[in-house]
Order: sequence, then C-alpha cells, then structure tokens
Amino acid sequence: MSTTVKSLTIAASVAAALGAVGVTTAEAQAKEKCFGVSLAGKNDCAAGPGTTCAGTSTVDYQGNAWTLVAKGTCTDIKLPPEADGTARHGSLEALTRDLPKA
Amino acid sequence: MGVTEAAFAAALLRPQDAAPSGLRNPEDAPAGRRFDVYRNNVVAGLSDALSSGFPTVASLLGPEAMTGLSRLYLQDHLPVSPIMARFGTDFPDFLGAVEQLRSLAYLPDIARLDLARRQSYHAADADHVTPEVFAAVPGDRLARVTLAFAPAVRLLRSPWPIHAIWLFNTEDDAPAPQAGAQDVLISRPDFDPVVDLLPPGGAAWIAALAAGTALGPALDNVQAQVPAFDFAPILALLLQRRAISILTITE
Amino acid sequence: MPSLTCLPPAPGIGFKPQHFADLTAGPGPVAWVEIHAENYMGDGGRPLAQLAHLAGAMPVSVHGVGLSIGGEGPLDRDHLDRLARVVDRSGASAVSEHLAWSSHGGAYYNDLLPLPYTDSTLERVAGHVARVQDRLARPILLENPSSYLSFAESTWDEPAFLAEVARRTGCGLLLDLNNVFVSATNLGFAPQAYVGALPLDRVGEIHLGGHAAETDETGAPLLIDDHGSPVADPVWSLLDFTLARSGPLPVLIEWDNDVPDWPILRAEAARAGDALTAARQGAEMPLWA
Repeated sequence: MSTTVKSLTIAASVAAALGAVGVTTAEAQAKEKCFGVSLAGKNDCAAGPGTTCAGTSTVDYQGNAWTLVAKGTCTDIKLPPEADGTARHGSLEALTRDLPKA
Repeated sequence: MGVTEAAFAAALLRPQDAAPSGLRNPEDAPAGRRFDVYRNNVVAGLSDALSSGFPTVASLLGPEAMTGLSRLYLQDHLPVSPIMARFGTDFPDFLGAVEQLRSLAYLPDIARLDLARRQSYHAADADHVTPEVFAAVPGDRLARVTLAFAPAVRLLRSPWPIHAIWLFNTEDDAPAPQAGAQDVLISRPDFDPVVDLLPPGGAAWIAALAAGTALGPALDNVQAQVPAFDFAPILALLLQRRAISILTITE
Repeated sequence: MPSLTCLPPAPGIGFKPQHFADLTAGPGPVAWVEIHAENYMGDGGRPLAQLAHLAGAMPVSVHGVGLSIGGEGPLDRDHLDRLARVVDRSGASAVSEHLAWSSHGGAYYNDLLPLPYTDSTLERVAGHVARVQDRLARPILLENPSSYLSFAESTWDEPAFLAEVARRTGCGLLLDLNNVFVSATNLGFAPQAYVGALPLDRVGEIHLGGHAAETDETGAPLLIDDHGSPVADPVWSLLDFTLARSGPLPVLIEWDNDVPDWPILRAEAARAGDALTAARQGAEMPLWA
C-alpha cells in the first residue's frame, strides 16, 4: 500500500470513528451501574459479626486437605480446560497484562 | 508475663490454638471466646473484602467456596497496605495455583477483570482528547499520531470468554458463555468503570498505541495478523469512553 | 497549636457514598460528616470527587483507621503522609485515630486490636501521637476502644491512660460512648464512672453507634461493637449523662454494617440533636438537673 493510499485509509477510518462518536455519545452517559465497585474494599472501624463464623472455623483449608465444592454460577458454565483459545491466542502469561502507564 | 503483639497476631489466624494466656476475661480467667471476637473480625473482615473486591469470582464460586478460598489465601497473603481498596492484587495468581480450581481455568482471568475494574475506579483523573481535537489533525499527518491513555484504562486479553462470563454474572438475561478467546477494554468515561468487548485485532492495536507506536505503524502491525482489521469502531469506542488522554503528532 | 476541633457542637454522620445524593440534597439535622481516611487514599475518581464536594458543603472530620498508633513498631511514614494529604484535601475540621493497633510485621489486620496499658505502652502511644501531631501540625483526637478482654499485665486503667496521653501530648480525646458501654458490659465496670474519670475538657468529639449482643462461654454478656443497628437506649442515656457534664459537643452517628436508608440515619442524627438541645436547656437550669 502506498503512503498516500495508507494516509487516505487512516483518514477514512478516523472520519468514520468521529462520525460514530457523534451518534452514540448518549450511550456513554448511561446511568451508574457499578455501585458494587464503590463498596469494594472499604475501610471502616466496626467489628464483624461476633464470635460465630469464619474466624473460628477449624476446618483445615491447607493444600489439598480441603475439598472445594463450587456451587455458584460456574456450575452453569461449560468450559472444559481444553476448550480455551490458547492455541490461536498464544500463552496467557504473555497476553494478560495492564496497559503501561501513560 | 506480657502478651506481645507477635503472639497476639500469630494466634489471630490459628483458631486451633488457645488464646494467649495473658489475655483475661472479667473473672481473671483465660479470655477464650472473647479472643475469638478478634479472630472473627480479622478473618471475616478480610474475607468480606475479597468477596466484595472480586464479585464475579465470588458469584462463580458461591459463598462457601469463596470463604474457604479466602481462608486459604489469608494464611500467606495478609494485606500489606492499610488501604483495603488495594487488597488482593495477587489473588488472581493465587487462584491459578490452587489445585482444586484446575477445572475452572478461566477463574484467574476473571479475577484480573474484577481487579482491573476496581483499579480503574480509583485511578487518577485525567483530561480526555475530544473528537474535535482529532478532527483538527490534518489528514496527511494522522499516520504519525501517537496516543496516551487515561490512568483508568486497562486492557485484558484472555484465551477465555471473559466478557461473556462477566456479563453472565452481571446481567440477568445474558446468555451462557461459549468457548473462545476474548479481549476487553476497561475504561472510566466518568466515575464508573465500563467493560467493553474488543473485536479481533482491537487489543493488539491498543497495546501497540499504548507502547508509543503511531497510528500508521500500529495499523500495519495488526493488519499483518488480521488483514481486514479496521480501527474505526475501536477509535470511536476509545473516544466515547474518554480513554485517550494525550494526542501527539510526531515528526 | 490550634484548638482540638473546629466541628460544630451539633450532629454529624459517618459518611457513606450511597447517601451522597440524599445528604447533599437535604442534610436536615446533619451539620457535618466524618470520613474514614483510608477510603480516600486512591488517586482519583468518585471518592475524591465526592470528598471535594462535601468539603465545600460542610465541615469534614477525618477519622483514620489504619495508622496503628498503639502498635509496637514505628509509625508507617508513607501512611502518615497519605493521611496528611487527606487532611489537606478535606480541609479537615478535626482529625482522629484510635487507641489500638492494626499492623504487625508488615501485615495489616484490618481490625482495631487492643494493647495492654503499662508505663511502656503509655510512652510508646504518647510518642506516636506526638509524631502524628508534628507531621500534621495540629492536635488529633484519640479514640477509646471497644474491649472484649483485658491484659493481665495492665497497670493503668483506660481513662487514666487516655488522660495521661492527652496531658503529655496535648492531644484531645474522641469519646465513643458506645465503646464505653460495650467495654463496661464486657469487662464489668460502670460506664458513668469511666466517663466521670475522663478529662471531659479534652473531649473534642463524641461517637455513637450500634452494637450486637452475644454471650461468652460462661454465659456472661459479650457485646460486639458492630455499628450495624440503631444506637441502644443505654448509650443515649450515657450521652445525656456526658453532655450534662461536658456541655454541647459534636456528636457523630456511626453506622457501618447493614447501612440503612437515609431517613433512618437522618432520624438518628435528629435524636442526637434533641439530646444536644436538652443539654443546652439543662445547662441554663442547673438547679433542676
């Protein structure tokens, strides 16, 4: 692709993007949905629920001595370990990362 | 004999041990259940912090398994900061090493998504590049434009359908996830993080830009892998989400 | 040093983000708010935006929960710097922390843990309080803890310990009356005697909150300071008892677990306002007290 043609391609894509932003901005201003995030990891100075739960359980959670039985929504998701997209996507280690700091 | 902080702290996470002997009830007898109040505050408080900080993981596992995992995690991963919003940064890696979770191999990436949303929520504010700024760049110089992203922006690439799994646990009528790799952009147009699914090539393009590559070479890089790649919808998304903080025209 | 507190002698509430809209639209009897400093140590986003708005609207009290002032080790210098930033950012009308520890050996336990009251812990706490006050260039208020047990090695009682820390450092006290009631029930002392033994002229703020009732293995009552319910009647009585001796003070309602809808919290604040009004009227008629 020539430099001129490439410039035109890029300019066309940018123009298309700017056009799309114009018509969809309302969606970006959708109502607050992440109330949960604002409550994640709050510090406070109150005690927990007394003497009756997790802190005094003597179940041995070490290593494989503990039988983990997941009963949440994962039971409705059928994704066997070999069903991932690793083959066409490279290794998880290399690809899962945050953006570098700007 | 005094009770040192070290002895008090060690007994907090060892419920099978008696309370340190210098701790007394009003009858001057050993503290017993009264010490359990502190044990419970610490373990229940930190377990709750993990469940609220990793809501999708907690939803996938259910409360019983999540509490058990929290107990296992706390044995070696107490918070290192008094700021609870920062707790659990290595929880995703921890999940990846738990033998019992091998059948849920997508779980660490879901934890990374939960963590990225939380980090985005607390990230620094930044001015954003508006469409008008982009529109003012002469067409023949666009290929040499570089972009920097807002501190609240995160990119996650996974061999698992992380966006579908996240939606399935977030919205009532979302369909069951199907196998396949998904990449997501987390951004914060205002105060609330937003999770968007990226099309093929989108994450590679954003990652190239984030590494300082200009629009032209970034497009070449991605089209070498995804020949039909068009960045228009992704640029539109980045502008909508106010994800771009600096635009520079390089020489 | 400036005065112990610039808070008004009126009701305040522990601020929760879910109440932001209601609070700013119509604070009603709520004249000031308190924030937990550690929740405003992020880099940006909604928490800092809400704090900026609150700071422009009403007095803000900054309440630290993570400095570990009662701890054996040195204070965390970075955390103290972060606290100073929150104090600046909020234009704090008061700054408070706890007579407790929460970090040990680099680990943070996310709870207010107790310490024995001895000559050596007194020296340590006074040193830490002085260091915080030096860094912030203002006095702080030190809060009495909820106790579930006692240390055999303690040689000071708690009011005397707090009074001596205040005397040595010039700090004020944050008198949590629910904590007094919880500790008094758990350890078997009279709450009024505890209040009476404190230097009430050093008290810059009062806390009220709810507690839960359990029993220990001997069947003895064991109250838990869980801030998960309305303030209990005996604690309201203790407020009347205290205000009659101290005069009007800033009174905070804390509700951290099972946080209620705004009208319920507002009603608790109104009740604190009634107690303050009664205390003012009582002060004008000392013979009838």
